Amino acid sequence: MNVDRITEKLNILADAAKYDVSCASSGSKRKNENKGLGNASNGICHSYTEDGRCVSLLKILLTNHCIFDCAYCVSRKSNDIKRAAFTVQEVVDLTINFYRRNYIEGLFLSSGIFKDADYTMERLVQVAKKLRTENNFNGYIHLKTIPGASDELMREAGLYADRLSVNLEMPTEAGLKLLAPDKNRQAMIDPMAFLKKEIIQRTEEKKLFKKAPMFAPAGQSTQVIIGATPENDSEILQTANHFYKNFNLKRVYYSGYVPVLADKRLPGLNTAVPMVRENRLYQADWLMRFYGFKVNEIVNTQQPLLDLDIDPKLGWAIRNMQAFPVDVNIADIQMILRVPGVGLLSAQKIISARKFGRLNWEQLKAIGVALNRAKYFITCKSNSFEKRDLTGTKIKQFILAESQSKYLKNQQNQLSIF
Amino acid sequence: MTRLIYDGTFEGLLTAVFEIYERKLNYINLQKIGVASTAMFEDVINVITDNDRASRVLNGLKKKLSANGVQRVYIAHMSEIENEENNIVGFIRHAFDAGRNIEEDYGNRFVLRISEIMVMMRREKHRMEAFIRFQKLKDETYYAVIEPDFNVLPLLIRHFRSRYADQKWMIYDIKRNYGLYYDLHDTEFISMEFSEAKSATDVEASNTEDEEVYQHLWKNYFKSVNIASRKNTKLHVRHIPKRYWKHLTEKI
Repeated sequence: MNVDRITEKLNILADAAKYDVSCASSGSKRKNENKGLGNASNGICHSYTEDGRCVSLLKILLTNHCIFDCAYCVSRKSNDIKRAAFTVQEVVDLTINFYRRNYIEGLFLSSGIFKDADYTMERLVQVAKKLRTENNFNGYIHLKTIPGASDELMREAGLYADRLSVNLEMPTEAGLKLLAPDKNRQAMIDPMAFLKKEIIQRTEEKKLFKKAPMFAPAGQSTQVIIGATPENDSEILQTANHFYKNFNLKRVYYSGYVPVLADKRLPGLNTAVPMVRENRLYQADWLMRFYGFKVNEIVNTQQPLLDLDIDPKLGWAIRNMQAFPVDVNIADIQMILRVPGVGLLSAQKIISARKFGRLNWEQLKAIGVALNRAKYFITCKSNSFEKRDLTGTKIKQFILAESQSKYLKNQQNQLSIF
Repeated sequence: MTRLIYDGTFEGLLTAVFEIYERKLNYINLQKIGVASTAMFEDVINVITDNDRASRVLNGLKKKLSANGVQRVYIAHMSEIENEENNIVGFIRHAFDAGRNIEEDYGNRFVLRISEIMVMMRREKHRMEAFIRFQKLKDETYYAVIEPDFNVLPLLIRHFRSRYADQKWMIYDIKRNYGLYYDLHDTEFISMEFSEAKSATDVEASNTEDEEVYQHLWKNYFKSVNIASRKNTKLHVRHIPKRYWKHLTEKI
């Protein structure tokens, strides 16, 4: 093995892959069979980069050679950078040896498009096939599906991979047209529809015949880049909601645009990464998937942007003061989940604990409720609760005054006065 | 207030519970032997561990709790967190005294504390599953050294056995001086004697040739995936607290 050459390739191809934020390694049920290597059942983050993101998978491109010229992508054709390509065997060896040392949960393999879609997809599938069939590897494999690849290749990919994903790249078709003129949105939606159909069909088969092979057991996901094009939060979340509802996606990832290229269609090179906005979008995404919120309750035509000061759940609550206060000792779980400062775990604990007796402030605090926010919206077994008839704006001011945003590097010493 | 002194074993703890009920004690303070006490006027009982009495308490507990609930009590004991005895005993007494299963009575401070200990143990176990870094030795054994906050090694058996079924591996807890070894068939607990010149962490000489290569590649990979313009040290350290760094290949 030529260590220097492999090191260089790894550096180039990991660097080019890092803007894909997906790193999930959970949701698959692949077991270790016949005393083989690995299993994929429980997501584990094995390390964290200095920017605080999880490192769970060996996330690399097979190659950064690409025939496309998408404005937002470091690997675009017209960008003057070093190019490299792994052989199938090199990726297999890296995956196995990293896995055996407990560095990673598995492999996330993507690629620039070289020659054409099928040619590229075929090589990605070869890596997965070799890992599964020749190395008895049962760790997690996430493959990118290349838009335009044939159905046969996609089907084969699904047999070896745990998760498949097609990136939408831009939240809307107009954004994609602007920045990636070589790509078309329909070519991305087609494979999603194909995979959805295939996953449903294979799951049915698996119910009938236990021995039927698994097909992408961890489902499919996608990613949209935030802040490179002018879509507002409402458009982004409506898009996400559409794909969750109609394509059974497991996850939509929001990737704050990192300015790496100078292009007059893009934000300038020194623009900050929209990290707060990205964070608020994820919070909104969680509200839709786990807290029973409808997308229109979070953003709509009157409210097209998420509030950057406060989280979207608090935002909803102060717009809907008529729904509060909630008595945590009698309210149903759907309503308790809507209280700012109450998470999924606290809500479940409240439901369990109140069967043994009505709960008071101390108990709620001990259970894990963030009272600094929740106290304005709930009543419990206690006489002292917020009796002033506060407006939403007032509550927002109180909460902001006593909390410090982790994103504000230089704390402003004066609140704006209305 | 009655002070009970026990030997630190699970059976000892259960025997203490037996004594509490037999002597109808109310306010008690259970302590491991050797812990200094400053109180001057109190009754002291030395609990003599009795397996029959312990198993009577355990059987009683099994009638009051689910299998999972009993396991929680055992894991809380096994965590070896100091001065938690009284919370464990509080939990057991609450379980015996209540008319129904109290596992989800989170309004009760003992139940809540036991569930907090479970969270702490689960987190530490999960951290070990994530942060263990094996080095390949010349005899093909994959070797790792750990220093977990709590005694979680026994909880790691199932995970590592089902994951690395086709390689020999050893995980050694240098804080508690014992380890776990898998020889492709069974796992067993072992303890090793290290000479002063050679410590448990000092294994470079016995590494395989490619070990250094893969450590080098992993360190490079770790650097390459970082996005410098998104640097967030606070978040980084929250995810990997500094005390774990010395055994993480990529952070050394």
